[in-house]
Amino acid sequence: MLAVRGLAHTYGSRQVLRVDDWQVAAGERALVLGPSGSGKSTLLHVLAGLLKPTAGSVFAFDEEISSLSGSTLDRWRGRNVGIVLQALHLVSHLTVRANLRLAQYLARLPQDDAAIDRTLAALGVADKAARRPGELSQGEQQRVAVARAVVNGPKLLLADEPTSSLDDEAAARAIDLLTGEAARTGATLVVVTHDARVKRHFAQTLELGR
Amino acid sequence: MNLASLSASYLRARPLQTGLSLLLLALGVGTIVMLLLAVTQLEDRMGRDARGIDLVVGAKGSPMQLILAGIYHLDAPTGNIPLASVAQLEKNRMVKRVIPLALGDGWRGFRIVGAPRSYLELYGARIQGEFYSRPLQAVLGAEVAQRTGAGVGTTFKGAHGIGNEGGDEHDMPYTVVGVLARTGTVIDRLVLTSIESVWHVHEAAHEPADEADRKALEEDREVTVLLVQYASPLAAASLPRAINATSALQAASPALETARLFRIVGAGAEAMRAFAVVLVLAAALSVFVALYTALEQRRYELAVMRVLGASPGRLFGLLVAEGAVLAAAGSLLGVALGHALTSALGAWLEQAQQPTVTGLAFLPEELAVAALAVLVGIVAAFIPAWRAYRTDVSRTLASG
Repeated sequence: MLAVRGLAHTYGSRQVLRVDDWQVAAGERALVLGPSGSGKSTLLHVLAGLLKPTAGSVFAFDEEISSLSGSTLDRWRGRNVGIVLQALHLVSHLTVRANLRLAQYLARLPQDDAAIDRTLAALGVADKAARRPGELSQGEQQRVAVARAVVNGPKLLLADEPTSSLDDEAAARAIDLLTGEAARTGATLVVVTHDARVKRHFAQTLELGR
Repeated sequence: MNLASLSASYLRARPLQTGLSLLLLALGVGTIVMLLLAVTQLEDRMGRDARGIDLVVGAKGSPMQLILAGIYHLDAPTGNIPLASVAQLEKNRMVKRVIPLALGDGWRGFRIVGAPRSYLELYGARIQGEFYSRPLQAVLGAEVAQRTGAGVGTTFKGAHGIGNEGGDEHDMPYTVVGVLARTGTVIDRLVLTSIESVWHVHEAAHEPADEADRKALEEDREVTVLLVQYASPLAAASLPRAINATSALQAASPALETARLFRIVGAGAEAMRAFAVVLVLAAALSVFVALYTALEQRRYELAVMRVLGASPGRLFGLLVAEGAVLAAAGSLLGVALGHALTSALGAWLEQAQQPTVTGLAFLPEELAVAALAVLVGIVAAFIPAWRAYRTDVSRTLASG
């Protein structure tokens, strides 16, 4: 189970995020919806253990991650969280395969080519393994980014604005991709977006105001 | 995948910056390695050439010139001295052995040296064929034989004058009776014959008219330099001063004069070394600039690595590894370049019939130079690595 209690984050005197009580059951999926500036990216960074909240606690699968710090937190993130960023940020000088291997390497997990092949095949980009990100279409790059997020079998899959600047059809495909992969790997999925079109795909939505 | 392969992948993706850093480092390390090899080998070689010779005695003039002409056969001799001085010196109790040499002629740029057999023994030269036993027989040094293609049975005419200027040819031909095995010393570049042969060739020009004339000619016989071995180390204190003060001769100590020569040559080598150090520092600066200026462009790449579970320490390690990989590759190239340059220098010296150097020898000091260059590359990466360590992932991702 993923849960936050009395969570608040401030930059200086400006409060950018406040979530009193919110939780997502393990293996479920949830949407965080809000306009830009509502703190939804901040929430995503807090859930991923990239940012320490000013107040409150975050529990993820029986671990209070807001109390972890330093390399313990880094290691926890590498093994338990997969993140698909809005701008994807694939490493341009590495091949698709090496991008996935990088995820294994940085999480200090064994470098497992079979797992990489399985993941790429599940996402339909097995034939792109030797390519570099710059040679792929936008849709293929997104698939590779999802593949990199799930290759370590994370318990929590986070996606930041996966549908922005996509047309309706492509947006629906992107959401299907994420929900499909979450279901396939049994991960809890949290999608953070300002895009209201996505709402109908999710039973559970946390709306953040400005 | 590991830090080194990840670094190498990144560096390959930026060929221009990487190439510039590699070039600067290779030039710096290459110059240092070449100087190291050349100076060490030349010193070693000059040491071997002078081994067993405590003092050189010849006509008055510059002591360094006397050493260069008498031991290394590089400079023109200071002049000739009467043959009688050999016997005079041999009588001195402080002298163990005197080896007289008669210089003055050359053949195809190689010097013809009139010398007793003890001169060949001084360098432990093994011979193929025989030693000269009669006038106008000659023995060739290994390099002379190799470069002229001459061997046992070849006849040739010496020319007056040393070196390539090519004076008048003498009429009396020499016959080669032996060829020396390579010794790595100065006699590889010499044509050796008996002192009597040298006299003979020169006296032939003015045929003695009668017995009295012949006597006069024989009394006028001269040699060029005397190589002296001391009977005891104590001789060094008094013998040179005694010779210089009391006779028309000059005595020069090889140890003192070569030390003086290396102080002069060493100043040039020192300047080149300083220049090479500047090159290595410029390379370090280019490593620093390449890594530092790329940080802005790479901030998402570095943030993503944190997202994937890398600790700040690992980003620090990654940047340091990039500096180290760059420096290691540059140093390796530099060592290879240093050996190539030394080989080129060796080929050029050989062409000029000078004592040559080889690029095929390795020195332990090269490892120290390479290790030092790698260290410099690592240190140059510290500030960029520190910036990478401090990456604020959340803020970076929020900005893009």
